[in-house]
Amino acid sequence: MTGVEQIVKDKTLTFEQKVVALARYAENSVEVLNISEDTQALREAGIICDLFEGNVPYRPRYILPNYEKFMKEGCKFLQLDPPTNIWEATNYLLIFYKHVPSITTMPVYIGNIDYLLEPFIEDEEEAKLAIRLFFTQLDRTITDSFCHANLGPKATRAAKIILEVERELENAIPNLTLKYNEETPDDLAIEAIKTALATAKPSFANHNMFTEDLGEYGIASCYNGLHAGGGAHTLVRMRLSKLAETATSIDDFFNHKLPHAMTCMADYINERIRYIVEESTFFETNFLVTEGFISKDRFTSMFGLVGLAECVNTLLKAEKLEDKFGHSQIADDLGVRIMETMEAFIHQFESKHCKVTNERLLLHAQVGIGDDINTSPGARIPIGEEPELWKHLKQTARFHKYFPSGTGDIFPFELNAVNNPEFILNIIQGAFKEGMRYFSLYSSDADVIRITGYLVKRSEIAKLDQGIATLQDTVVLGQGQVRNGKVYERKVR
Amino acid sequence: MNGYLNKIIPFSSVDGPGNRTAIFLQGCNFDCIYCHNPETINHCINCSFCVKACPVDALTINRENRQIVFNSNCCIECDACTKTCHRNSTPKYKVATADEIIKEIENYRPFIQGITVSGGECTLQAEFLIELFTKAKEIGLTCFIDTNGSTDLSQQEKLMNLCDGVMLDVKVWDKERHKKYIKADNEMVLKNLDYLVDCGKLYEVRTVVVPELFNNEETVTNVAHKIKNSTARYKLIKYRHLGVRENNLNLTTPTDHDMNHLERLAHEVGCFNTIIV
Repeated sequence: MTGVEQIVKDKTLTFEQKVVALARYAENSVEVLNISEDTQALREAGIICDLFEGNVPYRPRYILPNYEKFMKEGCKFLQLDPPTNIWEATNYLLIFYKHVPSITTMPVYIGNIDYLLEPFIEDEEEAKLAIRLFFTQLDRTITDSFCHANLGPKATRAAKIILEVERELENAIPNLTLKYNEETPDDLAIEAIKTALATAKPSFANHNMFTEDLGEYGIASCYNGLHAGGGAHTLVRMRLSKLAETATSIDDFFNHKLPHAMTCMADYINERIRYIVEESTFFETNFLVTEGFISKDRFTSMFGLVGLAECVNTLLKAEKLEDKFGHSQIADDLGVRIMETMEAFIHQFESKHCKVTNERLLLHAQVGIGDDINTSPGARIPIGEEPELWKHLKQTARFHKYFPSGTGDIFPFELNAVNNPEFILNIIQGAFKEGMRYFSLYSSDADVIRITGYLVKRSEIAKLDQGIATLQDTVVLGQGQVRNGKVYERKVR
Repeated sequence: MNGYLNKIIPFSSVDGPGNRTAIFLQGCNFDCIYCHNPETINHCINCSFCVKACPVDALTINRENRQIVFNSNCCIECDACTKTCHRNSTPKYKVATADEIIKEIENYRPFIQGITVSGGECTLQAEFLIELFTKAKEIGLTCFIDTNGSTDLSQQEKLMNLCDGVMLDVKVWDKERHKKYIKADNEMVLKNLDYLVDCGKLYEVRTVVVPELFNNEETVTNVAHKIKNSTARYKLIKYRHLGVRENNLNLTTPTDHDMNHLERLAHEVGCFNTIIV
């Protein structure tokens, strides 16, 4: 059977998923990028991984359109005037989303949705109905949980309604983030926590930290902080856990293996960017660019990493828990040394199309993929080895500053926390004071859970386990992480 | 001065508002038949029965002073020591100064809004609490007390000035049953209930609902009546077997129906700030 036939005959794929798979198959049938032998060797060894972006980059991986402009001015290409009421606002946004490309073919950022809808809220009952329909349509038609909406940091009636509606719907899509700082009133934060306990979202973003690093930003996909009106051309990641296995010593790692792999990966990222910007015609022809919803100058690219914990443990040959990353000062300090080294490399490596970040790439703590075995997301402590919560948070906070384009940690809480949501708020406030960038939570017995950064229903994974096709393409990714990443075994707080 | 400490829980969601460090002191003057942490009742007398019971040698005897030495690094928290203890105590208690406790709390401080002292019965160590609260206030923490209500709080002016709120156990309204199953009078408990309502420091009243032993309807109705005009919450707690001694009666956990019925009684007398756990 050919690859095409395999896709066509796969019983677990929906029609839509087959179309996407066939497009990927076609894209991967040609080679257009200039990839060095060394880079190719590292790709084949699983050390450099482009996350199946495809061989012919023809659109940026993550796009964060300026939806405020759309709401004010409408869109010529889509023949839409500015909306004048809540029904037009929600309807026009849904139309617009349909035309926002991404690596998944579906939009990964749908705006600071509360601020976008707030001007159109007159009658709260009517607005709630419109918002309920809007979110239901998102869940059923954007069938990929990397779709991400933002809220806050200031309170609005729209944010309150959205949190109520999401709590009632218990959908996996869209992902949600509350941008949180001292301007966010406690009652909004408490509502957010109640919703998160019911349906694993929103996560909390340290708004001051992101603003300081990026200026005007949005959170897209899993937890990716990127420039609003721009985005990221590409994300390639380094599997540090695998790289460490090739090093003969800590010195060999720092002196040879890591610098070599970083240079290869950064060159590869630049090559992918070159193709998108200089050859693909995206930035010359797409209406998002020509009408100014995004600008080429607001794009950057992401230098990802996974498996810092396993990398450190391998380099130190740490077997006992007390010697491992997350538990030992020596191990954590080695983790910091690796991050300092990678940050120094990023700061000196030029990437000419990344104008918004001074022609530099951004570090990113990639969340991992279903095939990863013994490789924890980004700089996270491995599941099953989590220390006490206060120690965990302080340890994690040491690493968040290195990742302006996103990192995060996830904490399931017992359901009785719903009786005291302020308990979780105090923990988040403390975590942000300590320097954490992004905090996710869910309730240990909710159906919707956060896998690594995206959301999936346990009940949908169970369906897929039985060989039944599921609406959302991210369910299969969640299934892989549950099998290989011990997602159900996270320590409950 | 020294405090006798059972344990410290860094983050607690059930001991007052927000996230709090809960500090459990050793020693109690009640002996509730359904006590969920009976190892907090008495002070250890170094009888050393527990030393033999420990499967990982976390307990040893200091030959010079015959005191039991507890090595927390080896402990696997199997509770063999407390199960073996004939005196409702624990060899794992600690003697610590307020400064030592504050030093530990510094680790948790970014994440908590305050501390709650519980027990045992924490007000039996009132002077220690005054010192601990004074130092906790200096670092911006609120201070709550979880008490069985056996000591006269109206006479503890200094402590009550430092205390931001009190969680009071009202176990049973009926005096005789209180004496029989709690092994103490409840006169002071009810006096404290009035005092705390009057001074505005009552954060919560807690009643463990034990269907077989008590007239829970009587207790709930009377407490609800007392606190209905205050800001206090009434927490109705299902009796559970977890942690209780094996030698007591075969007590059953109340059903959701039982609990909802009691909550309705509270609502009927005008106390709406209730919670079932």
